[in-house]
Amino acid sequence: MSAQGMLSVIEPDGGINGHDPKMSNEALLHCYRTMLRVRAFDDVCLKLQRAGRIGFSIPNKGVEATQVGAASALEKTDWIFPSYRDFGMALYHGISPVDMMHNMYGNAADSAKGRQMPVHFSFTEPIKFFSISSPIGTHIIQAVGAAYAIQRRKEPHVVLASFGDGGTSSLGFHSGLNFAAVWKSPVVFLCQNNQWAISCPSSQQTASESYAIKAKAYGMPGVKVDGNDLLAVRRAVGEAVERARKGGGPTLIEAFTFRMGGHSTSDDPTRYVPKELLLEWERKDPVANFERFLAKKKLWDPAAREKIAAESFAEIDAAAKVAEATPRPGIETIFSDVYRDVPQHIRRQGQAAFDLARRKGDAAAGDGAFPL
Amino acid sequence: MANLTLIQAVNDGLKTAMRADPSVLVFGEDVGPKGGVFLATEGLTKEFGAGRCFDTPLSEDGIVGAAIGMAVNGLRPVCEIQFQDFIFPAFDQIVSEAAKLRYRSGGQYTAPMVIRTPYGGGIRGGLYHSQSGEAYFCHTPGLKVVIPSTPYDAKGLLLASIADPDPVLFLEPKALYRTVKGEVPEGQYTVDLSTLRTAREGKSVTVFCYGAMVPVCLKAADQAAEKGIECLVVDLRTLLPLDEEGVLEAAKQTGRVVVVHEAPRFCGFGGEISAIIAENAIEYMEAPIARVTGFDTPFPNTLEHHYMPDDRRVLDAIEHVWNY
Repeated sequence: MSAQGMLSVIEPDGGINGHDPKMSNEALLHCYRTMLRVRAFDDVCLKLQRAGRIGFSIPNKGVEATQVGAASALEKTDWIFPSYRDFGMALYHGISPVDMMHNMYGNAADSAKGRQMPVHFSFTEPIKFFSISSPIGTHIIQAVGAAYAIQRRKEPHVVLASFGDGGTSSLGFHSGLNFAAVWKSPVVFLCQNNQWAISCPSSQQTASESYAIKAKAYGMPGVKVDGNDLLAVRRAVGEAVERARKGGGPTLIEAFTFRMGGHSTSDDPTRYVPKELLLEWERKDPVANFERFLAKKKLWDPAAREKIAAESFAEIDAAAKVAEATPRPGIETIFSDVYRDVPQHIRRQGQAAFDLARRKGDAAAGDGAFPL
Repeated sequence: MANLTLIQAVNDGLKTAMRADPSVLVFGEDVGPKGGVFLATEGLTKEFGAGRCFDTPLSEDGIVGAAIGMAVNGLRPVCEIQFQDFIFPAFDQIVSEAAKLRYRSGGQYTAPMVIRTPYGGGIRGGLYHSQSGEAYFCHTPGLKVVIPSTPYDAKGLLLASIADPDPVLFLEPKALYRTVKGEVPEGQYTVDLSTLRTAREGKSVTVFCYGAMVPVCLKAADQAAEKGIECLVVDLRTLLPLDEEGVLEAAKQTGRVVVVHEAPRFCGFGGEISAIIAENAIEYMEAPIARVTGFDTPFPNTLEHHYMPDDRRVLDAIEHVWNY
């Protein structure tokens, strides 16, 4: 526990303060590698966006330890209701960078069939990584509903709902925490307090002394943890998961961290993030923090980082090339999946759109078999 | 076969679904031991236990949001919003989430669920216990909007809605809860969604209506018949997805159309019916299409009988299009 009442595990010299994470070297290195893969994903996407190859991305730099530490406390049979800044959770659990890149390009192989903006992933394997929505906080109460089904069937699974500090002001945060506490739902609420809701600092988001303290009024445990300390996040989420699995109900965890990049590739954080603050948090870099711990265990040296970073970049870059070479979705994907069965009025509209494209000569192979 | 009121038919439908499928759950505000403010859920907690019919915190956003999560994870939630007027905190969950989930996840995640809610005037409920908000929801691809007007349809459409693979907003005309009675078969049967019902045959004027306006239109049609005007009264039953071909066929049969709803006129559902006919069958029209609707004002309390379309206003419109 640090001076600010915040849970931490890794000490400045890389030692750990009494808590044994009980992880194999392989598991520790998987966490480390995942953080570097997230960083590579960020870098590749930024380049692709600046080059006009993709329209948009969400940088994760600074919050990787929170994402990966939390994900490492879950089993594949658990559910993740993610926010849009949770690349590390997907990669940790084995969702392939190629599949993520298909979404970044919105192409024919995208699981969302090119219907959503980039970063709005949806996966069911190898873990339930729930379809991401742009409105903030709507998924928090949905996670509680999914957990109700788990309770009803007496399954040993838990649901992780992940959101930012801005998300705590939403309707879904209030109803989610309130319902979960009343129902004793197996849910872990992870508030990634990266201190910025686009350009709005936490001081404009809440007058509470912390986000974790909000748990008290809802009637559940609240824990504030150093979000740049992977082992601390894993510990806090792990304890909450264990409690939830045993029927002990929900927990709110506030991971205190910092968004080192913009909100998105469309955002310029230098307009509102004080330079000194950014420099202060650069010194708390979550990857460097974990490296000090690994070095002390003789699992890491600078050459290891270079090697893993290079492998990660090559992997993500290759994934982007696969996605880039995949064609756009067919016109029929505009009209399918609105309902299970295509109603007559949508079928007529789809036929008309397809006929027009064919007349104008811009219909392509894969545009679908009309009539739907 | 039993002679039931519309609300008894809803109750019977819920029980039938819950007996057939243990994944069907009913929840909302006061729906548990009390049985709902209109008693639609009476006896459910007793028969199925508090795990399957239960009260929630007072949060429409929470009720619908939780229902989505349950549906995604294998349950069949049938939630109640106590009055349709209170549904708007859940608008985001219905419009941005439930209705779009199948589409945005490429079919990986779906939300088969029913939101039941009483709508409409006639109980002196003033601004906030009387509204007809169907048009807001009919503008939402991915959602189904269903409104019964008879006990038989209430049960059959409800069972079809619960069995449906997509989210359904089931609007119950509260004015008809205890004012209409009819024969309702016992046990399981369904009425197909997106099908029209001919409530009365006629060759002079076609009257399109739904919900609590159906008996009003039938009464006006009886009066018109005394004047030699035979009305074809069509109960739309499912507004979204609408049976557009059925609407056009019914409009062409007479060439004279009146559309009736109690919701405000501007951007109301009557506008859509009128546009479909104008776009596809204007050459069959012998007279301009007439709309009889609520006024473009909030819903008044004391003077609600002036606000809601009644048989006099509907008859006026029928005579107008007939004499044009």
